[in-house]
Amino acid sequence: MNQEPVLMVVDLRKKYGATEILKGVSLELKKGETKVIIGPSGTGKSTLLLCINRLVEPDSGKVFLEGEEITSKNAHRMRQKIGFVFQDFNLFNHLTALDNVRIGLIKVQKLPKDEATQIALEQLRKVGLADKAHLYPSQLSGGQKQRVAIARALAMRPKLILFDEPTSALDPELIGEVLSVMIDLAKSGMTMLVVTHELGFARSVADEIVFMENGVIVEQGPPSEIFTNPKVERTRQFLRRLTELYGEERR
Amino acid sequence: MILIVESLPILLKGTLVTIQLTLAGLALGLVIAIPVSFFQVYGARVPRLVCSIYEKTFRSIPLLVLLMLIFYGLAEVGVRLDPFVACVLGLGLRSSAYQSQIFRGAILSVGKGQTVAALSIGMTRFQTFRYIVFPQALRFSIAPWTNELTVVLKDSSMAYALGVVELLRQGSYIIARTYEPMVIFLLCAAIYLALTLFANRILAFVEKKLRIAGFETREVVH
Repeated sequence: MNQEPVLMVVDLRKKYGATEILKGVSLELKKGETKVIIGPSGTGKSTLLLCINRLVEPDSGKVFLEGEEITSKNAHRMRQKIGFVFQDFNLFNHLTALDNVRIGLIKVQKLPKDEATQIALEQLRKVGLADKAHLYPSQLSGGQKQRVAIARALAMRPKLILFDEPTSALDPELIGEVLSVMIDLAKSGMTMLVVTHELGFARSVADEIVFMENGVIVEQGPPSEIFTNPKVERTRQFLRRLTELYGEERR
Repeated sequence: MILIVESLPILLKGTLVTIQLTLAGLALGLVIAIPVSFFQVYGARVPRLVCSIYEKTFRSIPLLVLLMLIFYGLAEVGVRLDPFVACVLGLGLRSSAYQSQIFRGAILSVGKGQTVAALSIGMTRFQTFRYIVFPQALRFSIAPWTNELTVVLKDSSMAYALGVVELLRQGSYIIARTYEPMVIFLLCAAIYLALTLFANRILAFVEKKLRIAGFETREVVH
């Protein structure tokens, strides 16, 4: 079966001033695939995600979503099909959890309010927060905020969700609840591109691990290969450091 | 006592003009300030520069000088304005400069993450401003805007200089007849005080109505 990839990134490059953040990154995601990007901080992982849906304008390179190229012109239409989950949640502070999830449905997709509310409540239920629908972000814990953010992304029925270190801003005891939502999501067949340091998550659900450093992909492959027998010495070093820091089995 | 009772209706008539001047000046200021602040934050280089020059100019000219220029200066080149209109124009132009800074600050204090998140769900720039940034900025701006309201209210007394019969001028008419400056000016001061307190009350109420649980727009709770 020759399936067209959901996401195709071709030779993406980005400079900030004189510093080259992305030096030609290419990757592909098939439908239902979960790819995890790991790598030291400052190596362009976040920039890569931001460039994919044009929240940051890349200098060159192409991005295709289901075969259609994303350009600065169609970005706002294409972004509706790409969920984005941020490190620091970025929930809309002046809206309740429910409104956070349904505002995109009402204002962007122009759904009737009743229908939008139904979808939003359903998504909040999925992330286990139906009972918090009427609370404001500041009344929620970090883990709850991130789950609302995931529900907000899901409500738009995206083809793909980008996660930018979704658990890095959380207290250790809150990480689990977010990861378990993400694991369910991956298992349900959502296409996901995840930047994270959570090796346990990577090991259990990733179809492929991408190791990035200094704006390039150093190595990629299935977790079994990357974790047990990386080809590049630098990958091995990085994984050892990460394991020391975070512990391998913690989820 | 009789003096107070007799003066009060006349002073209140002037108060009405004072209120009209204040509201019209604030409204004009608001209408100009919103686009000025918008361009200062989101505009390209040229509109940003133009708005910045506008704002700095009108913040730097004393109101009395501005009023003289508008009323006497413009008359010399053939633009004869009604004193009331000239005052509204002066108050409005100056207030717009200050109000634009209030709104600019408020827009900037809405975190960038809010904009990025709104764009990420497919909102256009305009929708992002309308539904995400503006409602939050509005809440940040109420407290400083209340302050601006009281400034315009008090400075509307400079309309006296152009002969607009507002509160202060009504007062001075009474004094011309009764030679009781202390009582009458105190009465005028008391009316300004009452108006200011009243305006504060109303806006504090609005602020409370718009308040969001846990989303503090003031550092200290009063």
